Amino acid sequence: MLFEQILFFLAGFGAIAGALGVVMLRNPFFSVLALVTHLIALAVLFLLLRADFLAAAQVVVYAGAVMVLYVFVVAYVGDSDTPLRPADGGLMNAFGPLAALAIFVEITVAVVGSSLSGLGGRGPEVDARYGSPEAIGDLLLTKFLIPFEAASFLLLLAAVAAVVLARKRRGLEDLDAPREATG
Amino acid sequence: MDTSWYVVLSAFIFCIGAAGVMTRRSPLVVLLCLELMLNAGNLALIAFSRMLGNEEGQIFALIVIVVAACEVVIGLGIIVGMFRRRLPIDVDQMNELRG
Repeated sequence: MLFEQILFFLAGFGAIAGALGVVMLRNPFFSVLALVTHLIALAVLFLLLRADFLAAAQVVVYAGAVMVLYVFVVAYVGDSDTPLRPADGGLMNAFGPLAALAIFVEITVAVVGSSLSGLGGRGPEVDARYGSPEAIGDLLLTKFLIPFEAASFLLLLAAVAAVVLARKRRGLEDLDAPREATG
Repeated sequence: MDTSWYVVLSAFIFCIGAAGVMTRRSPLVVLLCLELMLNAGNLALIAFSRMLGNEEGQIFALIVIVVAACEVVIGLGIIVGMFRRRLPIDVDQMNELRG
């Protein structure tokens, strides 16, 4: 169990460092790279929780595909090296981190103070099939068929919406011209 | 490790993401912080799923990953649209969706 604890703390620190990097780095490109670190550390935590298929999906879908999309858009929009805390930020700059800290304290107190008996243990012993692609696929095609189909419709909708958002519109060069077909 | 460790870690990551959403102004970084918050939720779901010993929380996390991918596509499409229309890339100055 010592190995598991060492791995938990390593991956946990990696995840926290990646998350802090996303928020605190100025260049959006470095923020994306910090998020990739964070996602890979989270995949290690998923493996510790015996969610093998989800760890693989996290690395392939998130750290692979979604982050490539981000990198493309950051390269397209350009290096908007924005200041971390603009001078005219107002109340949000001061109270944002405080509000986040308050949420953290609240969740921690709620979790530690709850009477869930399972929180103090590692959970029941599970066999090798737990969290495998076989088990996940079995559940997706039997008990959770409707969420599965809804997710596929959602992906289709998002693909169509992305095409509509990104297509070339006439009149974009002349911004003052009336546009009849927007959207 | 006990389940409570994972839940507290997930709460911490969620709060880092929330602080980023509240303080950063570039919509790209705001979207990245939203990803942080969704991932913190995923970690809690999987930890509870392990605590209960069944895989249903993992299915939930898988659906969250799908929804996050859709949200990223639409969000980045809107950012590219803003850039093409030469609008300022700043969430504070975005107060209408029309043109």
